Amino acid sequence: MNNSTLQNTDFEVRTQDTMCVNESHLQHKGYHNIKYLIVGILFGIIFVKAEIISWFRIQEMFRLQSFHMYGIIGSAVVVGIISVWLIKKFNIKTIYGEPITFTPKKFNKGQIYGGLLFGLGWGLTGACPGPLFVQIGTGAIVVAVVLFSAIAGTWVYGKVRDQLPH
Amino acid sequence: MIDFIKQPWPWYIAGPLVGLIVPALLLLGNKHFGISANFRHICAACFPADIKFFKYDYRKELWNLFFVVGAFGGGVIASLWLTNPDPMVVNPALVNELAGYGINDYSNMVPTQLYNWEYLFSAKGLILMVGGGFLVGFGSRYAGGCTSGHAIMGLSMLQWPSLVATVCFMVGGFLMANVLLPFILG
Repeated sequence: MNNSTLQNTDFEVRTQDTMCVNESHLQHKGYHNIKYLIVGILFGIIFVKAEIISWFRIQEMFRLQSFHMYGIIGSAVVVGIISVWLIKKFNIKTIYGEPITFTPKKFNKGQIYGGLLFGLGWGLTGACPGPLFVQIGTGAIVVAVVLFSAIAGTWVYGKVRDQLPH
Repeated sequence: MIDFIKQPWPWYIAGPLVGLIVPALLLLGNKHFGISANFRHICAACFPADIKFFKYDYRKELWNLFFVVGAFGGGVIASLWLTNPDPMVVNPALVNELAGYGINDYSNMVPTQLYNWEYLFSAKGLILMVGGGFLVGFGSRYAGGCTSGHAIMGLSMLQWPSLVATVCFMVGGFLMANVLLPFILG
């Protein structure tokens, strides 16, 4: 009884934002995570090769000086929409035969305030969270400072969360 | 073939590939694409400090940490074997503007004149790296996601709150790049 209450709390905290709560009921060994490592490697290579990690490309985007980033985000979303639609329409399962679930995103004012703050940071650093990891991989070691600062920013958010308008 | 890969990839190749990450993660294990959640997992794993927001079982989200470690590895692989030897080609208007701030080195995608240890310990460098990073981490969690979780995954699921967040990301970015950045770098 006590144990199940604990699990529910865990679920609640985890649903507070875009966290993945679609946890598998299968007990996988740790090495099963290697497949996400491989997808991550491909993601990193694409981000370097398409210059998505470039501070200059991001500055061009925010000055409407290049179509490149709009083309990437736009075509990624189109492919994403079609994929999600196909998965729902044909009720496609995971490779382990588990159902694929979608959790709707609830609106709160954080998407506005937080979104604006995030946008300011994106325009300044020229990197959203994904590229930070990739940039460090390409040898820009000093970006680790930006990454640590982002982790600190998340920590401070967690600390003051209850005092912020949502 | 390798010469072809070494060129910068056009958006119509890279964009759909990025989009395919959405179904790839869903099919591999019903996982939702979202990078900034990792900052929270790192807090939960390393410095939970008895804060409710960080008290959950981060081990259930380990897959996402594997993903970003992979992203790091992808950066290593691409920079070792797949780099384009030529400097980046950037819009002349931006080249002109950046020249005014003393930025003229396009050999690296992360501008070496901004991202170096010496610059970090200047007022401008602190604002750029420490301030910028803080805004990215604080803002993405406050918004409940970043470019991957909202702009790509959320929009793929046709979630209107994600559209609100994406529009706000862009507004913030436009404001920074056009209004505030000239003051910071100037």
